[in-house]
Amino acid sequence: MPRWLAHTIVVILFAALIALAFSRVDYAWNWAGVWEYRQKFLQGFGVTVALSLASLVASTLIGIVAAVLLGSKNVMLEAVGRVYVELIRGTPLLVQLLLGFYVVASAVGLENRYVVGVLVLALFSGAYMAEIFRGGLAAIPQTQRDSARAIGLTPWQSLRLVILPQAVRLVLPAVAGQFVSLIKDSSLLSVIAVSEFTLAAQEVNSFTYSTLESYLPLAAGYLLLTLPLSALSRLLERRYRYEM
Amino acid sequence: MLLDIHNLVQRFGTTTVLDGLALQTGDVRALVLVGPSGGGKSTLLRILAGLDVPVAGSVAFDGEQLPRDEPALREYRRTVGTVFQAYNLFPHLTALENLLMPLIHVHGLSQSEARARVREPLERFGLADHAHKRPAELSGGQKQRIAILRALVVQPKRLFLDEPTSALDPEMTAEVLEMIGELKELGTQFVLVTHEMGFARRAADEVAFVGDGRVLAHGPPAEIIDRSDVPRVRSFFARILS
Repeated sequence: MPRWLAHTIVVILFAALIALAFSRVDYAWNWAGVWEYRQKFLQGFGVTVALSLASLVASTLIGIVAAVLLGSKNVMLEAVGRVYVELIRGTPLLVQLLLGFYVVASAVGLENRYVVGVLVLALFSGAYMAEIFRGGLAAIPQTQRDSARAIGLTPWQSLRLVILPQAVRLVLPAVAGQFVSLIKDSSLLSVIAVSEFTLAAQEVNSFTYSTLESYLPLAAGYLLLTLPLSALSRLLERRYRYEM
Repeated sequence: MLLDIHNLVQRFGTTTVLDGLALQTGDVRALVLVGPSGGGKSTLLRILAGLDVPVAGSVAFDGEQLPRDEPALREYRRTVGTVFQAYNLFPHLTALENLLMPLIHVHGLSQSEARARVREPLERFGLADHAHKRPAELSGGQKQRIAILRALVVQPKRLFLDEPTSALDPEMTAEVLEMIGELKELGTQFVLVTHEMGFARRAADEVAFVGDGRVLAHGPPAEIIDRSDVPRVRSFFARILS
């Protein structure tokens, strides 16, 4: 059986199961009420997409810088990287958001909650990216660097022609996973009143009291973002695989 | 090639791996380094290949001193070729792309010039059919032979081979050694670290036994492998050749 067919059958079975469960519950569906707020949903979705994109780019850059720091022979630089990664990975994003917005941003005078949201999200994800990049670089055998040097490549040529092509292929699955997490984690920005997708759903729910009709589209919306990303990642992995 | 090494010292952290090593060879085509693991053979080879800088001491090939600063060493590395035990080839490139890379990116050849240069060696050593494969699709022996070709196509002054067959099964080992033997016939100079004593006996012009960070014995292969009067060297060969 082709894979796409198997996937489709499982999804349909799953949906049927959910529908069956709901048909037994005495729930008064109010899709019409929620449909009135479709503009709000769409705007929230748009904000989520924009925030995610901005954080994605920023966190990748931060991750690269942090990975370089972590691998540095300079004790001080390595310490900066290590403390950053451990602090961020050891505390919940929620805590970082609250501290970041209500304490640090206020102290610095940064009032734009969208900017603060993107920064906190980028710093959060960047710490995980750093470890992913470190792992990728470490997985490349030392002989590869030796071979590159032995041929007479300059350090920059080694990086560009030998190390990075291999590192990118090695970290691709993990990075894609991190991007998916980032999109979902952006929902937490609702706690600092950023008008993104999740907050929109929460507000619609408070207006209409139609909880399921507010949150099911929310889940569907995130899937709309994350599923193509996963599929793209799997496609790229297959295309660039070379099997060490 | 004439190799002249004086008082070579190499340390990693607090460990001294080469302890005032000295060696003066005759004009040899093939120098083979043998000895126990951890004795310093690979460390010595890496210095001769221009990959590491010793803490102290001097190395000269045919009267030319090896430089100590990285830019000059990089220039030196471009004139020689090095093959390691494994993971030589870049796995994201095909065998052919591996061969072309140093020619194009280091030696400034054009794509067509580079392709023309590698065609004959690939055919001569029976690897032309495998040129479009990635390393993952090649056998260990094929990979090592491509790695040797990659070192060769830049027309190096000499080759350095660090246990090129140690990770291979007997059949592939024979395949690779055959190629190295053929290269010697064609006039290639090389310094080889190996545990293959049969090959060392046949192919080496001189053998140097490296142990405890020094050259403990040096001379024609038969003399060192079969008839050494240095007890340490004698017992080493007695054990492994029995």
